[in-house]
Amino acid sequence: MAQDTAVKLPEQEHHEDAHLWEGGTEPFKASYGKLMMWYFLLSDAFTFAGFLIAYGALRFSMEAWPIPDFVFSTAPFNIHHAPLIFVTFMTFVLIVSSVTVLRAVQEGKNENEGGVIKWMVATIIGGAIFLGCQAWEWTNLIAQEGTTVFNNPFSTHVEAGKYLTLDEISQIPNTAKVQEKIHGQDVVYYQDVVNGTKYFTKADHKGEAPENMSFEKGSSYLVTYHDGQYMNAAYKTAEGVVKTEPMGPKAFGALFFFITGFHGFHVFSGLVILSVITLNVWSGMYKKRQNGHEMVEKVGLYWHFVDLVWVFVFLAFYLI
Amino acid sequence: MAHGHALPTHEENMKVVIKGFILLLIVTLAEVGIALIGNGHLVHGFHLSKWIMVPVMCLLSFYKAYYIVSEFMHLGHETRGMAMSVVLPVLLLVWGIIAFLWEGDAWRNNRKKVDDKEKLPVNTQPMKENKTGSLQHDNTYLFRG
Repeated sequence: MAQDTAVKLPEQEHHEDAHLWEGGTEPFKASYGKLMMWYFLLSDAFTFAGFLIAYGALRFSMEAWPIPDFVFSTAPFNIHHAPLIFVTFMTFVLIVSSVTVLRAVQEGKNENEGGVIKWMVATIIGGAIFLGCQAWEWTNLIAQEGTTVFNNPFSTHVEAGKYLTLDEISQIPNTAKVQEKIHGQDVVYYQDVVNGTKYFTKADHKGEAPENMSFEKGSSYLVTYHDGQYMNAAYKTAEGVVKTEPMGPKAFGALFFFITGFHGFHVFSGLVILSVITLNVWSGMYKKRQNGHEMVEKVGLYWHFVDLVWVFVFLAFYLI
Repeated sequence: MAHGHALPTHEENMKVVIKGFILLLIVTLAEVGIALIGNGHLVHGFHLSKWIMVPVMCLLSFYKAYYIVSEFMHLGHETRGMAMSVVLPVLLLVWGIIAFLWEGDAWRNNRKKVDDKEKLPVNTQPMKENKTGSLQHDNTYLFRG
């Protein structure tokens, strides 16, 4: 019986489509290179998804989290209290560059080198503007507001309270008055003589006190930062307990800089690839191949993907 | 590249470009608009619930993603097998997102449990021996899984 099965090999059946196994056909009607670009982008999508899911899990695990329309409300030219305006501009730039690269791909299929180069250059300019905006945003967050991968001064209040005036702070027991020059200004605060806790008055970056000294649960705040020093304001809870505003969740800074940085690195890599391919188009390399400038189509896929990732980075960090 | 069919005309190309641009722009502005209105920045004193804002913004973002992949990246016009080989693996993320957000929420509840325990007054009573022979306060709170 065992002999029987060993001898009875399945017969070589002849199907109509047996020739498909002989190679040389494209079942997906797409070239190897284009298909592999798609699978690279698929794997890259999983990398980004992993980061964004980690962000979501950590955010869900915290009681307090910075609210985006409070954190991202600054723009160049000294614009303040303009929630999400600057990042909307950045998103607009990326959408425009996605459209220009689409034009480049279309012109490539028409074998129109001049058109390809024109739209590729437009795309490179768009990507460069986006990166420039991101550089400004990071600089503002790090140098002005004091958000780094180690520290995050943005948060939301987990309880209602009222900021203390300097007079009220001076009545906190076991504290000593300290006068210090911070950022060229004379700042007075009180420090606990036992555990070293510093009690500051609430002030913005210009040193001005807030209009409303009391705050509600869930309202946003920014711990003032100057020259490496965080000035945590003293407040009194409804039960009368004196506390200082805590720093926000550390994970916020690390996640923000890592994820937007990873996206920005993709934009930068895209600019390099776009530039190389534009030079190759200019040299006539792809026209000789007579495949409708397929390399332009591949870099177009990559560039659209960068825009696609931004849709979700924008959703996770700036909208929600 | 398969040149089985004729290339689209300039008018057809421009139609895709302009439609895509306007669509992405409007959906993005709608998202920002919802965020600003919902958080009380545009109409004074008017707020929207997070339970409305977040799902709507997620749906709009997914629509943008679908449009970019399907039209700009042309996947909607490739063979069905190729489109499925890209789209089906992505469905794994549905599990990933639900599982890890659920997990994050569980961490938050555990943090709360620890915080609440730390707020309990320190017991100054001497400890007594319990049934198993170890020392224990009368009112010790035990963690039960």
